[in-house]
Amino acid sequence: MRFSTSLRELIGKRDFYAGGLMLLLGLGIAVKGSTYRGGTLMHMGPGFLPTALGIILVLLGIAIAAASLAGDGDGDSHGQSILPEQPQWWAWFCILMSPVAFIFFGRYFGMAPGTFACVFIAALGDKTASWKGTTILASVVTVFGVSLFSYFLQVPMPILTWRGEF
Amino acid sequence: MIEAALSGLWYGFGVAFEPHNLMWCFVGVLVGNMVGVLPGMGPLATISILLPLTFGMKPVGAILMLGGVMYGAQYGGAICSILLNLPCHPPHAVTCLDGFPMTKQGRGGVALGLTVFASFVGASWGITEMIFLSPLLVKAALQFGPAEVCSLMLLGLLAGSTLARGSPIKGVAMTVVGLFLGSVGTDLETGSERYTFGMTELDDGIELIALALGLFGIAEFMNSVNQVAPINTKYTNVGIKDMRPTKADMKRAFFPMWRGTIVGSLCALIPGTGPTIASFVAYATEKKISKHPERFGTGLIEGVVCPEASTHSSVQGDFIPTMSLGIPGDAVMALLLGALMIQGIVPGPQLISQHPDIFWGLVASFWIGNIMLVLLNVPLIGLWVKMLAIPYRFLYPSAMFFVCIGVYAANNDFFQVGEVAVIGLFGYILLRLGFHPAPILLGFVLGPRFEENFRRAMLISRGDIFVFVERPISAVFVALCALLIGSQIYFRLRGAKADLEPAAENIVSGEVPTALAAQRVPATPAE
Repeated sequence: MRFSTSLRELIGKRDFYAGGLMLLLGLGIAVKGSTYRGGTLMHMGPGFLPTALGIILVLLGIAIAAASLAGDGDGDSHGQSILPEQPQWWAWFCILMSPVAFIFFGRYFGMAPGTFACVFIAALGDKTASWKGTTILASVVTVFGVSLFSYFLQVPMPILTWRGEF
Repeated sequence: MIEAALSGLWYGFGVAFEPHNLMWCFVGVLVGNMVGVLPGMGPLATISILLPLTFGMKPVGAILMLGGVMYGAQYGGAICSILLNLPCHPPHAVTCLDGFPMTKQGRGGVALGLTVFASFVGASWGITEMIFLSPLLVKAALQFGPAEVCSLMLLGLLAGSTLARGSPIKGVAMTVVGLFLGSVGTDLETGSERYTFGMTELDDGIELIALALGLFGIAEFMNSVNQVAPINTKYTNVGIKDMRPTKADMKRAFFPMWRGTIVGSLCALIPGTGPTIASFVAYATEKKISKHPERFGTGLIEGVVCPEASTHSSVQGDFIPTMSLGIPGDAVMALLLGALMIQGIVPGPQLISQHPDIFWGLVASFWIGNIMLVLLNVPLIGLWVKMLAIPYRFLYPSAMFFVCIGVYAANNDFFQVGEVAVIGLFGYILLRLGFHPAPILLGFVLGPRFEENFRRAMLISRGDIFVFVERPISAVFVALCALLIGSQIYFRLRGAKADLEPAAENIVSGEVPTALAAQRVPATPAE
């Protein structure tokens, strides 16, 4: 029990994580950037600006996190959980998988199967989705989309193929 | 000066009336109006979906269409606010306060009719401002060296990130992330690769369309899926006849409309204060000078036309710095600028003289497009109202397809489709952490030009960093930057956030990232 309350407290500190993420990102940018040639101020190398940006981002991250710890945050930052009230893990998964399905089916089977899979998987994320309704929606979008993009706009992607290009 | 502007405008009408340009302008405003009505699709996502389709078009037609989408969406957004009490698009959030009570009183049609009229007045003023101010700005800007351009960009970036909604420091952090993302890929001067991690697909940098669709498409869908309340269509029976205002309404709306227009055009001149802030300021001003401030929020026509006129005046005015200086004020402008760059056109003060057809054609098309919108909105209001009822569960999967195929069509490459998914996830995490992703786009578009000018300025000054304060014009910009940061710190220490309007803050509270999320915060003031 104690664990769960402290966990809640932790994810309640939204700005702390916001600052932390910026700090890590900035650190990554700066470290990677310092491997490129920095050059002098007069003749700047490719690494100069990104490294500087990384350092600025680290400082901003520290400022954001410090403000949240000092209780001097946004005013709205406290009691703000990172997760929304009803986390939609399944829906989020579906939305992110939809482009992946488009890539896979589009690459190996063509535009029509890619479109169908993309819409079908995305639509499954809605909590009221039914197999029938989802299939109908995906079919309609496939017919409409393929005719628009393949015939009208001439996007060079085969409509139907079998393990086309590897 | 005036003569030159008028002859330019005459030439522009010639360009805009060419049949294919006229057609693209019409397509743009129609699509914009449509998606503006649809709850859950913003102009940003729409423009980025349409962007790949414009690659094959001539630059003039492309920019006319994308511009049309942008201001067309503003007309549609008002319908959503007034009839449904949904602040689908942030600039129209304040319109809900008085618009929806009017709808409940059965006067929604009148509110819509006057909104269309006020929008047209506001837009016309904004366009006039653009015609006369842009050449002046260009004249000044042509004297700028790399140091001035650099500090001006810095000012634009700072204003864009600190004056927008949410925490200023987080806004600056987002701008820095955007600048960094803009530096991914092959370095322009030395040709060495940066942050590509061995992926040859990243050599040309991150795709602008993938970034925009990830941040404003996928991240937004993840934010709103299963969260959108079913739409109450009880009040949406509005026909043409209901839209005709009475004489008394016209009289009452006249002065607020002009006040809103003026406020909007002033806001447009300050970089970074887009239509959202303009509409809040206009509403607050109107309330302040009214004899009966307590009656605002109960369905006053003044509270509808004033912010709407202000929004439109500011939307058109936002094009001034974008077109004449090459410095966008907000994310939509950054995207339009990106569209120009994809067409191979270098933005900046030389744009008007080098591509007069684009600048003057765009200005003229604004007028044509706004007249089209008035003509479209009056008879088609019934159709738009029906579109409000399209459920989100059909909308977002279809939009996912447009996202995927749009990103694919940009380069005919599946790699970018993966890129958009990754950016979408990243964008959603940022949203949950209370960041507004719009400044990322601003930094991304300006990043490469900023770096180029910075390097050049350093080369010319032989590595003397103080060149930015030694040259007078540049020093003014740097001083403004310092003033901006100083005032932010001052307000923070005083504990007072730049107070716009308490009622408006209720709707667009810091937590609400963008359009759709606003629906979950039911507009309490109106109930």
